[in-house]
Amino acid sequence: MPATIVQTNNKKFKRLGIDPITLDIIENAMMNARYEMDTVLFRTAMSPGIREQHDEFPMIANLEGKMVVGQFGSFIYGFKEAYDGTIEEGDLFLTTDPYSCRGAISHINDWLLLRPIFKDGRLIAYAAMFGHMTDVGGKVPGSLPTDAREIFEEGIRIPPTKIYKNDELQEDILELVLHNCRMPTWNRSDFNALVAAVRTAEKRVIELADRFGDNMLFSALDELLERNKRAMGKLIKQSVPTKKQYFEDYLCDDGIGMGPYTLRCSMWREGDKVIFDFEGTDPQSQSSVNFLLNEEMFKMFCGVYMIMVFDPQIMFNDGFYDLMEVRIPEGSILKPREPAALSCRTHLLGRIFDVLGGLLGQGDPDFLAGAGFSDSPHFMYSGYDKEGEWYQLYSILFGGIPGKPSGDGPDGHSLWPSFTNVPNEFLESYFPLRIETYESITDSGGPGFHRGGNGIRLGYCFLEPGTISIHDDRWLMYPWGVNGGIPGRRSEKLLHRTDGTIEKLPAKCDRIEVNAGDILHFNTWGGGGCGDPFKRPAERVSFDVKAGLVSREGAKRYGVILNDDLSVNERRTTTLREKLSKERGKPPMFDRGGDIESIKARCLKETGFPPPRQPEFQAWAMKMNETAKKKSKLPKKRKKPKAA
Amino acid sequence: MSYRLGVDVGGTFTDLLLVDETSSQVFTAKVPSTPEDSSIGVLNGIERVCKSADVNPNQISKVMHGTTVATNTILTGTGAKVGLVTTKGYKQVLQIARSYVPGGLGGWVIYNKSEPLAPLASTIEAEERMGADGKVVRQLKKPALKSELKRIKNENIEALTVSLVHSYANSKHEKEVGKVAKEVLPGIPISLSSDVVPEMQEYERTITTVANSYVRPKVATYVRSLQRKLTRKMKNVKLHILRSDGGMASSKVAESLPVNLLMSGPAGGVSGAVWISKQAGFKDLLTFDMGGTSTDVALVQDGKARLRRETTVGDVTVRASSVDVRTVGAGGGSIAHVPELTGALRVGPESAGAQPGPAAYNKGGTAPTVTDANVVLGFLPTEVRLGGDMEIRKDLAEKAIRPVAKALGISIKRAAAGIIDIVNENMYGALRLVSVEQGYDPRDFALIGFGGAGPLHANALGKLMNSWPVIIPPGPGVLCAYGDATTRVRDEASRTFIRRFSQTSVTELVKIYAQLAQQAEKTMEKEGVSKKDRTLSYEADIRYHGQGLLLTVDFDTKDLRKKGFDVIGDSFDEMHKQLFTFALDADKEIVNLRAIAQGKATDIKARKVGKGSRTPSKSSQIGESRVYMDGKDQVAALYDRSKLKSGNQVDGPAVVLEMDSTTVILSGHVGKVDTYGNILITPTA
Repeated sequence: MPATIVQTNNKKFKRLGIDPITLDIIENAMMNARYEMDTVLFRTAMSPGIREQHDEFPMIANLEGKMVVGQFGSFIYGFKEAYDGTIEEGDLFLTTDPYSCRGAISHINDWLLLRPIFKDGRLIAYAAMFGHMTDVGGKVPGSLPTDAREIFEEGIRIPPTKIYKNDELQEDILELVLHNCRMPTWNRSDFNALVAAVRTAEKRVIELADRFGDNMLFSALDELLERNKRAMGKLIKQSVPTKKQYFEDYLCDDGIGMGPYTLRCSMWREGDKVIFDFEGTDPQSQSSVNFLLNEEMFKMFCGVYMIMVFDPQIMFNDGFYDLMEVRIPEGSILKPREPAALSCRTHLLGRIFDVLGGLLGQGDPDFLAGAGFSDSPHFMYSGYDKEGEWYQLYSILFGGIPGKPSGDGPDGHSLWPSFTNVPNEFLESYFPLRIETYESITDSGGPGFHRGGNGIRLGYCFLEPGTISIHDDRWLMYPWGVNGGIPGRRSEKLLHRTDGTIEKLPAKCDRIEVNAGDILHFNTWGGGGCGDPFKRPAERVSFDVKAGLVSREGAKRYGVILNDDLSVNERRTTTLREKLSKERGKPPMFDRGGDIESIKARCLKETGFPPPRQPEFQAWAMKMNETAKKKSKLPKKRKKPKAA
Repeated sequence: MSYRLGVDVGGTFTDLLLVDETSSQVFTAKVPSTPEDSSIGVLNGIERVCKSADVNPNQISKVMHGTTVATNTILTGTGAKVGLVTTKGYKQVLQIARSYVPGGLGGWVIYNKSEPLAPLASTIEAEERMGADGKVVRQLKKPALKSELKRIKNENIEALTVSLVHSYANSKHEKEVGKVAKEVLPGIPISLSSDVVPEMQEYERTITTVANSYVRPKVATYVRSLQRKLTRKMKNVKLHILRSDGGMASSKVAESLPVNLLMSGPAGGVSGAVWISKQAGFKDLLTFDMGGTSTDVALVQDGKARLRRETTVGDVTVRASSVDVRTVGAGGGSIAHVPELTGALRVGPESAGAQPGPAAYNKGGTAPTVTDANVVLGFLPTEVRLGGDMEIRKDLAEKAIRPVAKALGISIKRAAAGIIDIVNENMYGALRLVSVEQGYDPRDFALIGFGGAGPLHANALGKLMNSWPVIIPPGPGVLCAYGDATTRVRDEASRTFIRRFSQTSVTELVKIYAQLAQQAEKTMEKEGVSKKDRTLSYEADIRYHGQGLLLTVDFDTKDLRKKGFDVIGDSFDEMHKQLFTFALDADKEIVNLRAIAQGKATDIKARKVGKGSRTPSKSSQIGESRVYMDGKDQVAALYDRSKLKSGNQVDGPAVVLEMDSTTVILSGHVGKVDTYGNILITPTA
C-alpha cells in the first residue's frame, strides 16, 4: 500500500503561466534554502562525521516528491511507495532502513528525516535530509561490520516512523533508539540538527509561497523540472550514442576473503531515452559490501555527472527522470534481497562513479577522466581511555582525484561534495592519538598529460590501547588511467608495532587490537592519469619533482630526465620520449594495469596478501541472476546507428 | 590646533575629509585618483583640502587610510615568494588543505586547484613535536633545521612563515625556529603562526600566517612610502591604516600583521555607513555597497558592525577578524547571458570590469552588463551629465542587450528589466545571508546604499527586504573617508583555551583575561592612547562540547566574577536559540578567549545642508528621463543632488544625480532629504 496523504484543504493548485525571470528568482531562492540547510546542520551537529566531514545530503522536493534542489535526487517516491500509512500536517518521518524505502538511504548509519511541508492545510512541498551517524549499535563500534551476513548485525533499524506527530516529538521512540547506540549524545544532537535543518527549509518554502503566491510557487517548481528536462533531453541526444557502450569495473574484495566482484553496465539511447542496464553484474555478496542502489538515485548520479562533464551551467533536479531508464537485476550486488547485510556499501557507491565515467567518456574521449577516488575509506578507533571514558572515532579519508581533461587531479582530496578532512589538531585534542604523518604519497598519482592526484599517507600513532577498523578498497584492482594515462598506485595499510614488526592489514577489517605506541600508516590510492604522459610539458614534471610530488626516478615515467639541479635535460628527455612513445605505440583508451588474472597472479608478491578467492554466491542468487540475464531486453539492432 | 585626515582612494576619485579635532568642523575634497601611484592623488588632495580650509598641512597630526593593497596583492597573485617551516610530516599542509572540492557532486571534474601561496619547493620540515596539551613530545633538532633553511635561502624566498603543530598551545618551538631563521635569513621578515593567530586547526593557522607573509613586503613598501611622502609635507603626521575589523592600526603594526588588512577597504565603507546613519538617527542597518564587479553587504546592530572570525579574498580564506562583509560577484559590470540548453537568464559572475567595461561606456566592451541594462531603462540618463567625463551611449547599451532579449523572446526593455531583477535577486541573497540566516528580521533594519552602483539599486533592494528607510548618503567616496576618519585605535589578543566549564574556574579565566588585556593594551601605549581613553572588552568563543561551531559571547569580567559561568553560558544558549531554534542541555566548552582594547571615538559632526520646503526648488530639477519601470514607460524627473535642501521630498519615479553616483527613486516611493543631505526613501502608501 502506498502512503495516503491527508489534507484538510484539498483545493487543487492552479498551473499559472510564469515569466522566465520569476522562475530564475525562485530557483535561486530554492538553492539558497538548500545551502542554508547545510549551514544549520554543520553548525549544530556534534559528530565529526557530519559537522567536519559533511557526510550529509539535503533536498527540497515539490509536492509530488520530485527533487527541485539537492544532490542525490529524490528518495521520496521510494518512501511513498513503501510506506503504508498517512502523511499528515505536523508529521516528521525518521527512517534508517534501506529496505523500507527502496534504497533511498543505503545503510542503517544514515538517518533520513523527511518533512512534508503544509501550507493552509495543503501539502506544497517536502524537505528531507540524511546524515551518517557515527554509531547505531550492532556488533562493532561504528556499526559497519566488515563480516556481517545479515542486516540484523548492523545496528538498530528504524522503519519509517513518525518521530514527530502533530509537531510533537515522540520521545519514547527516540529514547528507545538512542538506548541502542554507543554514542547517544552525538546521535541526539545530530538528530536535533537534522530536524532544525529541515525546519529551516520548510520556513523558506512557506516564505516563498507567501511572496509569490501558492499557485505561482507550485507552477514554478513544475516549470523548473520541465526546464531541466528540456536541457537534459538535448544533452542526452548530444552525448549518448545509440550504439551500445559497455564498461565494467570491480570491487576488490568483500571483507571475508572473496573477490573481485564485477559491476557490468551497458548504456545506449533509444530516441530521447537513455538506458542503463546492469545485466551481468555479480550476484549479491554474502557479506556487507552489497549496495542497494536506488534507480532514481542512479539517474541523478548520471545526470549530475553529465552536467558536470558537458555543461556545468545547467541546474540539476529530478525533471529529467523520464528520460532515463535504469535496469538493475534483482538479487545482484546492486539490488540485494532483504535481509542481506549492507553496512559497507561505501565502496560500491563510489565505484558506480567510475563505471559512469567510463561509460559516458567512451562516446567522447575528450571528456574522459581517469579512475577517481571512488570510495570513502574509513578509519575507526575506539576503546576506553585512562579515565575509563569511552572514545570512538569515525573518520573518512581522502586520496588522489584523477587526471581529467580540464587539468591535474588535486592531491589528497575528496570526490564527494562538500566533504572535508578533520583538522589533526582537533583529533589529537579529543582522541588519544597523534598524527605523525599527513602528506601525499610521492609518485602515487598516475602519470598522464594531466597527472592523477597523489594518495595520502596518514600516520596514526595510538596513545591508548584500543581497537581499530579499516574500510578500504582498490588495494588489488588499479585506479585506471585513460587515453595514455597510467594507473595510480593502489592503497596499503601497514601497522608498525612497538617491537619493530610491521603487519600488513587487509583493506577491510574490524577489531584489530592496537597498543600505545603502535603506528598505523594508512596509505590511500592515487588517481588515474589522463592523456599521454610523454606529452606533458617537461617543465611541469620538473616543477612536481621540486615540490616532492613526483620523484626524480618517477619523472622517467613521463619520459623526463632531470639534471642534478632538477631542471629538465632537454636532449635526453627528447630522446627518451621518442623511444618510449614508439615502444608503447597508440595509447589504449583504458589502462587497468593488466587483466584480472595477471593482477591476481602478482597479488601475493606485490601486496603481501594471497589473491582473494573466486566469490561464492548463494544458490538462489545465482539462479535469479541467470533468469534475469535471459529476460533482459537487448537493444534492437539497427543497421546504421543514427547520428546524434 | 590639530587636524585629522580621512583618505579614501577609489578607482576614479580620491576623497579626503579633514576634521578639526577641537571644533569637530569638517572639510572635504575630491580629486582624481592616480592608479599608477596612488600617493600622488592623496598628496594632491591634501593640497586641495588644506587650501580650501585654509589650514597649514603641518597642523595635520593623523592621516587615516583604508587600503586595498593587501587584497589586491592576493587577487592578482603578486605577493612575496614565501618560505614555510612546518612540523615533520606536515609539509603538504597547504597542498592537501581541507581536502575540499567545491562545486557539488561531480564538481571535481571541473575543479583545478590553484598552487599554494607558499610553494612546496620552498617548504621545509622541522624535526620537533608538541602535544595537544602543550607538552613537548620531541625537542627541536636545530642543526638539521639550519641546513634546511640554508637550502631554501637559495630558493630566493622573500618572507618566511613558521607554523608548527599545536603551537597555539605552546609557542616554544616556533620561537626557537624563528631565532635560528633570523640568523640564517637576515633581513627576511618572519611570521610565526603563534603570533599571527594562536588558534587551533593547523591548516587555517598556516594559511593565515602564510598569507601574512605573502602580502607583507608589498604592504610594507606601500605604507612606508606613503608615510615618507606625508612626513615630507607634514612634519609630525602619523599614518594609520584601517584594519579589516574596523579598528585603526599604526602603520608599524599594520606592516607586521598585514593579514588583518585584507578587508580594510570594505571596512571603511561599513564604518562610514555606521557613522553617517548614526547621525541620521539609525543604529540598526544593512549596508549595501555595490561596485563595478562585486557587492559587499553587512549587518549593523545597535551601531556596531557584526564581526566575523574569518576573511575570504579570492580563493584564500584566513582566520582574521573582519567586519562580517559578504561579497557577491554582482556589480555594474556583471555580464548577462542565456545558456543555450536551459534558456535561463543568468547574470554574472563574469564581469566586464573597468576594461573593456560596459558597452554603453564605448571603451570597447560589447557584452551586456548590468550598467547597460540601467542605461536602457533610463536609470542612468544619457542626456544630462554632471562632472566626470564619461559619455554614455544608449544605442550601444541596446545593441549589447539585444541578443539577450532575442534569446528570451522578449523586448529589449523587458530583458533589461529582467537583468536588473536577477542581479537584485543575487544581492538579495547576500543580504539574507547576513540577516535572515543569522536570525535577524530585515524589517527591523534600515538599508544604506552606497558605492558606485549602490544608489541605483538600493530602493529595489529595500523593497525586496522590506527594510526601510533606504538611506542614500551624499557622496559614496566621502562616506568611506568618514569611515576612515571616525574609527578608533583597536587591537585584540586571543588565545585558544579548550576547557569544559567544569574543567576550569572563574579565577583561572580572570587571570588569563588579565594577561590578554595587558597584551592588547601594549598597542594602546604604542599609539599613545592615554589610559582614561581606553576601553577594554572581553569575549569568549563557546560551543556545546562536541559541536563544531563557535559562537562569540561578550561579557563583563566583573559580572563573570560575581555570577560565574552563567554569564557566558546563558547568553550562549540565547544566541544558539536565536540562530538555530533550539538550545541543548549539554556541557558547554570554551575554545578561545579574547581581550579587545580600543581607543576613544572621535567626535565629528556631519555637515548639514540648508533648509528647504517640501517641494524641491526649481533649480534642482534639471530635466526628465524616459524610464521603464514596473513594466511600463514612465517619465522620471531628474534632480541635481547638490541643489537639494533638507526637508525636500522627491517623489518617484525620479533620478537624482551627483558627480560620482546616481540615485533611483522608484514609483510609489518618496525620497526625503534630511538635515545632513541623506535621502531617506520610503514607500508612499
